[in-house]
Amino acid sequence: MHILDFNKLSLRDINKTLQESDKNSFFSVRNPKGSHALAVGINKKITVKIVGSVGYYCAGMNKFSDIKVEGSAGPGLGENMMSGNIYVTGDVSQYAGASGHGGSILVGGNASSRCGISMKGVDIIVKGNVGHMSAFMAQKGNLVIFGDAGHALGDSIYEANIYVAGEVASLGADCIEKKMTKKHLSNLENILSNANVSDYNPDTFRRFGSARSLYNFNVDNAKIY
Amino acid sequence: MCGIVGLFAKQENISANLGVHLSKMLESMSDRGPDSAGLAIYGKPLASKTKITVQSRSPKHDFQKLKKFLSAKKEISFSLKIHSTHAVIKLDVKQKDQVANLINDNFPNLRILSVGKKMEIYKETGKPAEVVKRFEIAKMKGSHGIGHTRMATESAVTTLGAHPFSTGEDQCLVHNGSLSNHNSLRRELIRKEMTFETENDSEVAASFITYRMNNGKTLKEALESALVELDGFYTFVVGTENGFGVLRDPIACKPAVLAETPDYVAFGSEYRALTSLPNIEKAKVWEPEPATVYFWGH
Repeated sequence: MHILDFNKLSLRDINKTLQESDKNSFFSVRNPKGSHALAVGINKKITVKIVGSVGYYCAGMNKFSDIKVEGSAGPGLGENMMSGNIYVTGDVSQYAGASGHGGSILVGGNASSRCGISMKGVDIIVKGNVGHMSAFMAQKGNLVIFGDAGHALGDSIYEANIYVAGEVASLGADCIEKKMTKKHLSNLENILSNANVSDYNPDTFRRFGSARSLYNFNVDNAKIY
Repeated sequence: MCGIVGLFAKQENISANLGVHLSKMLESMSDRGPDSAGLAIYGKPLASKTKITVQSRSPKHDFQKLKKFLSAKKEISFSLKIHSTHAVIKLDVKQKDQVANLINDNFPNLRILSVGKKMEIYKETGKPAEVVKRFEIAKMKGSHGIGHTRMATESAVTTLGAHPFSTGEDQCLVHNGSLSNHNSLRRELIRKEMTFETENDSEVAASFITYRMNNGKTLKEALESALVELDGFYTFVVGTENGFGVLRDPIACKPAVLAETPDYVAFGSEYRALTSLPNIEKAKVWEPEPATVYFWGH
């Protein structure tokens, strides 16, 4: 294990070391003190443990690597990630997992607004609550919420799945509750087992998705033009 | 972008070092706001006295002249302490309006930044580190304080465009965001006889809150009406005689983090602003909810 300490190294040095490291390396990053853009752009399978809270855009564009934050993360966690796994033990700020194509994000605490906005295939699991406008325009992937969801959940959603165990403050435009089929239940169980989450009751989850009424132009609106 | 910090002391160990903590917090927000910086510090209240903080572009000349002018008025007893481009005048609370009028009528180059029993406002253009050094903020003590680092978007980089903006005696406001209906609101407030020093959108927010509180609304009510009337993005922190309040707009894209320990409540635009505080790793840290008024008071 290599230790990278912010008290001794600059952010640029730490990111360069992570990006240029050998496959299967294991790093422990110390004293991040809310630094921005930490562990971004990694494109090989390495393991990074960050001890402490991080700022904006941590683990953005991640590919293959496993990144764990022992603390909380600021806005834009794992933005546009392609694959790999991100685990934050604390809370995450707004737009976590935005436009993520693949991989998984596990949040031990709460996620704030716009979690999973425009997600394109990533799986996001939040053990606590999510804020308003989560899964806004979500296209593909799964957002699993153990707690409550804020207002306008899944507004203008495409083909992503949302699973919620708690209360939903309100649904956004074109987002509706859907039947939890056997297929979706096994999908949920797969997502959670891939993320090593086992302490849950699958029966408590409800499923939400697109009513698909915004997919096509509504001819009644033609008279507006 | 802009940076906001706030610190509310629950214990003596924090209030004795309030200036030290706020200086570090403000400096950590330099890259969110490198244009100008400012702070409102709430010190010990003075028995039957109040403080007027004034600012000048040529302090050496203006403050000497002011001192001479006020000394010549035998009925006024006052003290004047110069902090760089600012001076704090301590005087009997009964003479506050008289002195404020005298300054406004006779010293067009002086600007009254704040009036209050506890509050002093210090703000200038320049990097946050230069601003806190210029005013020796680290030496200051107090029960609470709020600060701002500015990246100008809506109006010019000037001292008066810097935050905090006073919203009344012992009250002030700092703002991160931008308001889109500030011109029409300013016109409306001017019709109601509010006056403005700048073209700044945040000054309009401050004036909006002042107007409502002058007309009998509580701070909470004034902030709740801001949710209805103000269009745009904002995280506000408002300082009052007893504490500070926080309000985010319903969209809440402007960041905000709160931290609480048995010793203090702290606000930062980012977690970075809080990392220099004692025992921050043990603090309860959370994001304030959108469209919700928070307040901590003594």
